[in-house]
Amino acid sequence: MKEYDIAIVGGGGAGLTAALYAARARRQTVVFERKITGGQIATTDIVENFPGFPEGVNGFDLAQRMLQQAEKFGAETLYDEVRTLCRDDDGRFRLTTEAGGYRAKAVVVTAGADYNRLGVPGETELTGRGVSWCATCDAAFFKGQEVAVVGGGDSALDEGLFVSRYASRVHLIHRRDTLRASEILQERARANPRFTFTWDTVVERIAGDEAGVSGVELRNVRTDARWRLPVSAVFIFIGQSPNSHLLRGLVDLDGGGHARVDLRMRTSVPGLFVAGDVRTQAARQLVAACGDGATAALAAEQYLDETYPEAG
Amino acid sequence: MAEPREITDQSFETDVVASELPVLVDFWAPWCGPCRMVAPVVAELSDEYAGKMNFFKMNTDENPQVPSRFGIRSIPTLLIFKSGELKGTIVGFRPKSDLKKRIDEALSV
Repeated sequence: MKEYDIAIVGGGGAGLTAALYAARARRQTVVFERKITGGQIATTDIVENFPGFPEGVNGFDLAQRMLQQAEKFGAETLYDEVRTLCRDDDGRFRLTTEAGGYRAKAVVVTAGADYNRLGVPGETELTGRGVSWCATCDAAFFKGQEVAVVGGGDSALDEGLFVSRYASRVHLIHRRDTLRASEILQERARANPRFTFTWDTVVERIAGDEAGVSGVELRNVRTDARWRLPVSAVFIFIGQSPNSHLLRGLVDLDGGGHARVDLRMRTSVPGLFVAGDVRTQAARQLVAACGDGATAALAAEQYLDETYPEAG
Repeated sequence: MAEPREITDQSFETDVVASELPVLVDFWAPWCGPCRMVAPVVAELSDEYAGKMNFFKMNTDENPQVPSRFGIRSIPTLLIFKSGELKGTIVGFRPKSDLKKRIDEALSV
């Protein structure tokens, strides 16, 4: 069974930065990524708040550069989902994926968070046929058409603004009457002639057939009024849930399912670190995730020095 | 590694529908990040399934007809055909092991 010094679970900003630090410290490092390196930023059109890029930078390109940088120093990337994680009696960790088992002296979990689903009829059936969690992937298919964007946070507005380059109208459906999104995004959305705000409203059902989404059934939460809005797509940005299932039973989780860590990203299990959006009280910003990844890698480095001094 | 050949709306009938071997078509566009992640995996698969299955790519920006005929509203999407009939649809980026499983399922139908 292949053994690494540091195994990193998740190849987003936190994981790729942890990999860069770990590999650059000459540790045998592996990153497991179940989907796309970059995580959430990989599908972000323009990242405007990562320092050093005054013009903004394409999220996918930035992630690819982070990956190249980690690989340049020797980090390995395996595109496979880690199914189980446990700690053996000798203190080393065992990870299993579809392809097999791996061992690691230290583990950094940077599994991030996934967008929540609405949980309404039609959502699963119409995924890929107009129901989407990725505007940069799918917006271009709705040129000149009316679409709905559900949510009121940064993601909803950011992605909604992207969709408005293609769609003739973007209906923002929000269950409250105020937005959580940052002021700069709110200003842009209000100034956008293609944006329409539908307040205090939830989606009850997504209608459609083989040909795709044909509309959403809406309900006003104050008046209980119900109506149908014809749209050809529904982009859903209603918050995220941490991918902490690997950690369940292993480390303490907070009420939202995020791992509890100290300021050095250490969990209650020696040698197991958690960084980025999957940890408690994360800022959920790329630059913060990267910072977390560096902190975790340095703490892991110190753990390895102390626990395996002969190997150093 | 063999890069799958680009096909078009015009060549779809001959390349896919009339193909004796099963076919996988990778629908992509230059602006789609996840598509750039799928491409090398599909290229590897095309080597592994050489002689058993043909692999093609179709740019959805340049070829509107076939994507609209199959209701493609999200890319990357991979469609699997056998004897000209659609046997499998895979939407979004999946790890290679997942793709192989889905391809094998579609081929056994």
